[in-house]
Amino acid sequence: MVDVGTPILEVPEAQGTEGQHMILNMGPQHPSTHGVLRLVLEIDGEIVVRLYPEIGYLHTGIEKTCEAKFYQQVVPLTDRIDYLGPMANNLCYALAVEKLLELEIPPKGQWMRVLLAELTRLNSHLIWLGTHAMDIGALTVFLYTFREREDILRLFEAIAGQRMMTSYIRIGGLSMEPPLGWLDRLQAFIKGLPEKIDEYSNLLTGNPIFINRLKGVGYLSQEDAIALGVTGPVARASGIDFDVRRDMPYCGYEKFQFQVPVSSDCDVWARYLLRLQEMRESIKIIQQALDGMPEGRVTADAPKIVLPDREKMKTQMEALIHHFKIVTEGFAVPAGEVYQCIESGHGLMGYYVVSDGTAKPYRVHMRYPGFATLQALETMCQGRLIADVVAVIGSIDIVLGEIDR
Amino acid sequence: MPGPWKAELFTMSDAPLKTLPDKQAVLAELSGHPAVKAILDWDSEALKKAKVDRGELTLTVVPEEIVAACQTLRAAGYNFFEDMTAVDWLPQSPRYQLSYHLLSHRLKERIRLCALLDDPDPAIESITSVWAGANYYEREVFDLFGVHFQGHPNLRRILMPDDWTGHPLRKDYPVEGYR
Repeated sequence: MVDVGTPILEVPEAQGTEGQHMILNMGPQHPSTHGVLRLVLEIDGEIVVRLYPEIGYLHTGIEKTCEAKFYQQVVPLTDRIDYLGPMANNLCYALAVEKLLELEIPPKGQWMRVLLAELTRLNSHLIWLGTHAMDIGALTVFLYTFREREDILRLFEAIAGQRMMTSYIRIGGLSMEPPLGWLDRLQAFIKGLPEKIDEYSNLLTGNPIFINRLKGVGYLSQEDAIALGVTGPVARASGIDFDVRRDMPYCGYEKFQFQVPVSSDCDVWARYLLRLQEMRESIKIIQQALDGMPEGRVTADAPKIVLPDREKMKTQMEALIHHFKIVTEGFAVPAGEVYQCIESGHGLMGYYVVSDGTAKPYRVHMRYPGFATLQALETMCQGRLIADVVAVIGSIDIVLGEIDR
Repeated sequence: MPGPWKAELFTMSDAPLKTLPDKQAVLAELSGHPAVKAILDWDSEALKKAKVDRGELTLTVVPEEIVAACQTLRAAGYNFFEDMTAVDWLPQSPRYQLSYHLLSHRLKERIRLCALLDDPDPAIESITSVWAGANYYEREVFDLFGVHFQGHPNLRRILMPDDWTGHPLRKDYPVEGYR
């Protein structure tokens, strides 16, 4: 075993005037830290002087596990990383491996993927809105957003058989055709959604308590956001006009018309308004995908990579052989390294996959937006009240699963 | 706006993607590329390897010059530090490959910057002076690979417990851990 020295331990000590500054522990079992985030705060009265995030409580070694699995067996692992946006994880991993394989997905598969990625974004944003408002003290909104989220989970269940860990987007396409009538169900849901978003907006946007808790809080300048690697809605609320869907399109996003909301207010309030706007844009994208859904297959024509249809497997010898081979031996992926990024609900998500030519990935690294955004937490909270820390954590839409992996 | 080279080389929708296998080919075909040009103008000796694979440009520089290379590329428009990780190529030598992914908001393009390190004491200068956001990423690589970053403000374990033994993402570390 190789070891290059002991880790440098640092126990934060209050640096300020003796007796005036104190260290306060927050979490990991604090209801407003969304999971298992632990913050060590140095405070001067009610004012935050320094802030140390402590992470790793949810570390499960997914990157190490991936190295011991076949390429197709990694898909269910990805669901569990950002557990609020399962399809986005699946999509990013599938795109990365398809880039290694240089595999083309038929139009219908791509459009379904876009549609599902946007539905996932809605799911993620709905949970963010409910929990963010709940942290601030507006408990009602949580019940409203979870009503719509339940509809989305039912749609996921109908299409993938699972509510949260869908594993529906696979290498080479989707796991199966959407069931009959599913697109109509989605259409009915999408039609009513803009009104529901108005409803949330009515509850919050004009609410003086909500405005006072959010406006001017958690300031993050554009320079700081770039320096600290912040992406997604938080970066766009700080004036960085960059969205991977528009600027480096993947999966056929260039065929869709949508706006990328940007704000230069840099505070929690701007992030709130921006995410509401993003939800409306997602609805537009889903509507376009539904209106122009192409005909054809949802999987690539690659029998050695994509599992055959159940029907074919039972009637054709060759399909049975391919099925057996894929399940028992996996499929070899040409050697090389790729990095594929997408715009997830929280920001820029990237998968770095290195292949050595065998059926198991040599290295899988996931770049998740929350990991970088967490670094900006101290900048956003310094010099503010402890109560504002809760508002700021809510506004960066933190999911510890994606940070600890 | 991207230069004319971009249209013929990096259109992702036109399969098959172009491949340039080695440094010579990259220098011949891509001398006008902003990243390649910047690195050559700065120090052509520091560039060890270069390749384009599946439409992704990879530049490998000598590890001693990593901070200067990052500064050069940032000045050339690659303003955003996106990701950094390592790959353990045991039993090859050099053993560790550090991959930095840099993004340009203006050029709407990404490059991969690599540096190769070897046992027994893999160490490289920290790039937190160029991008403060590399802080957590370097801590993660230190934690999981045991690579030291000189000049890092707070180099300690981030995901594993502080008293953990070994570096889990090394290839000689068993998947199920030490028993």
